[in-house]
Amino acid sequence: MTDALVIRNLRVRVEGKEILKGVNLTLPKGEVHAIMGPNGTGKSTLAYTLMGHPGYEVVEGEVWFKGQNILELEPDERAHLGIFLAFQYPVAIPGVTVANFLRTALNAQRRARDPEDKGIPIAEFRKLLKEKMALLNMDPSFGGRYLNDGFSGGEKKRAEILQMAVLQPEIAILDETDSGLDIDALRIVAQGVNALRGPNLGVLVITHYQRILNYIQPDVVHVMMDGRIVETGGPDLALHLEEKGYSWVREKLEGDSVLA
Amino acid sequence: MTKETPEIVVRGRRREAQALAKAFAFQRAMVRTAGLSPGIQAFRDQAWRLFESLPMPDPKDEAWRRTDISGLQAETFRLPQPDAYLDLAPLDESLLSPLAGEAHAGQVVLLPGGVRTSLNESLQAQGVVFTDLLSAERDHADLLEARLGKIVRPEEGKFAAMAAALAHTGVFLYVPRGVVIEQPLHSLLWGPGVGLAHISHLVIWVEDEASVTYVHEYASPTEEGGQTLHVGLVEVYVGEGANLRFVELQSWGEHVWNFTHERVRVARQGNVDWVFGAMGGHVTKNFAELDLVGEGSTGRMSGFYFTDGDQHLDYDSQQNHLAPHTTSDLLFKGALLDRSRVVWQGMIYVAPGAFKTDGYQANRNLVLSRQARADSIPGLEILADDVRCTHGATVGKIDPEQIFYLRARGIPEVEAKRLIVEGFFDPIMQRIPFEGVRARFQEAIQRKMLNFKA
Repeated sequence: MTDALVIRNLRVRVEGKEILKGVNLTLPKGEVHAIMGPNGTGKSTLAYTLMGHPGYEVVEGEVWFKGQNILELEPDERAHLGIFLAFQYPVAIPGVTVANFLRTALNAQRRARDPEDKGIPIAEFRKLLKEKMALLNMDPSFGGRYLNDGFSGGEKKRAEILQMAVLQPEIAILDETDSGLDIDALRIVAQGVNALRGPNLGVLVITHYQRILNYIQPDVVHVMMDGRIVETGGPDLALHLEEKGYSWVREKLEGDSVLA
Repeated sequence: MTKETPEIVVRGRRREAQALAKAFAFQRAMVRTAGLSPGIQAFRDQAWRLFESLPMPDPKDEAWRRTDISGLQAETFRLPQPDAYLDLAPLDESLLSPLAGEAHAGQVVLLPGGVRTSLNESLQAQGVVFTDLLSAERDHADLLEARLGKIVRPEEGKFAAMAAALAHTGVFLYVPRGVVIEQPLHSLLWGPGVGLAHISHLVIWVEDEASVTYVHEYASPTEEGGQTLHVGLVEVYVGEGANLRFVELQSWGEHVWNFTHERVRVARQGNVDWVFGAMGGHVTKNFAELDLVGEGSTGRMSGFYFTDGDQHLDYDSQQNHLAPHTTSDLLFKGALLDRSRVVWQGMIYVAPGAFKTDGYQANRNLVLSRQARADSIPGLEILADDVRCTHGATVGKIDPEQIFYLRARGIPEVEAKRLIVEGFFDPIMQRIPFEGVRARFQEAIQRKMLNFKA
């Protein structure tokens, strides 16, 4: 299972309150999994915890990737291992251009994998960036703008997928990437993700709405409630939720507990 | 951040009284007379009398409350003799070399007791003067005499009077009416040594409809065994419809105490774009004023600074709107490390009748160490109707969410912080007209960031 991200019994506290109450999930590379669930159920907590945000306290559990428990690694070390988080709320870094930032990030990752690496030559980087921006229908001038500074909601989300395209992670977590996007922007973002799909990439799409899954077809759908994965199924599970809402799962859960 | 305040107050900065009684060892005989025109000589004599009669700055004065100069070893300073530079740390030629690839129209290199100057011949033919102070006193006495002390008056303070009386180095830039200088001019005051007083006087006169970009740098190595003093006067006039871009950069050694009085006066429809950069020095107290005296004149003041160790930097800025339809825009940005301290105190003054003015001032500080401290004191004094004046001041730290975001992309923490700090300075760095000078200051930021672990 070294080619999968394996989450085992993950329990996480935020400001003393337990949010994740034992999450188990396996995301093999080459697959797209969706995690759906109502607001406040712990979806974003899972995303931040996987990336190593210092505000999230792991109480118990392990997350294995490439033979390492990534919970023991710093955020940048996780990125070096090939983990990527597309933020729900990307952070502005005024004065740092998209191009400068991406080259710095790419070189940091190359250096982490090979200490002798001299960094990507500028011309090669420009070509790479241009190519990936075209993939996302971005104007070339975008590279000269300050990162996320004054970006519209749609630009921020596109910039996240641009970073994913340039950095080529093996596990990508998309945290509510669809939120705040109109249908055209959503389509562009989804096309970008689909273009990156392949045997070397596992994707975890975290979403509240089924809408994005019309554009990014998941292989597996998980339902999260109250800090746990409570239901796992195929793409039809998402459609089922769309029709019946989360109360259906809640009722089913309550029914199960009565039976037990 | 309020919890940090008590740590700072206990550092015992209140020993001014007895120390300030110590006198400078300068004497009347040190006021230069040889070869001076009678007018210039009279100006310096008058300034000397003021220097003698004016008291040292009073730590109870608002302008000096936050800058303790009790540690200044006033009695140790002497003026450099002719050719003194031959026995001092040699000029760091890299300060000039980055410019070699970029054309400049003229260059003045000021050394203790010596100078090197050059100026494009076609500019000389058009009547442009760009030379060191002593040569200007000799070769352009009439032009200079009429302008000395016209913008900054010697009676404005002890240090202003000292510089007016004893200046032995400096630059005179005169751009005649209508002359447009395309390539930038560059000058450098190299101030090595210990126990020396480098006293400089810059006079920049841009006549009506003329235009020029000028970069002046102050630099020295850091040396052991005592203090070095720089006292400077900067007098600038921008004529009607004239344009001046003026960039002043200081990278003094960390043993240098630096006191300057500067003022730019802008006539009708004139424009000045004034940039300050500070990296070095032990203590700096700078008075910088923008006088918009002509209708429709505009001025932008941009500052950047990065202090570390025990550095203390104190800027006193004043934007004076003295005529209608004038516009000023000030932005000072700085980062602080270690136990360094920065004070910025700014005032926008709008005189009676200066209606339709637009004044803005902002100061942004990034405090990178727990023991560093920034005081940011904006001020407005508006005596006219129908004006728009706004200000803003922030003292903050690097946002941990920014660091996390960059780390999530694989950028290690130290590099993430460096990137954020560089980004913080970037908009102002872009206002430096020489790529070489900009690169040098970016390197200085990176060097300081290397020591930044916290």
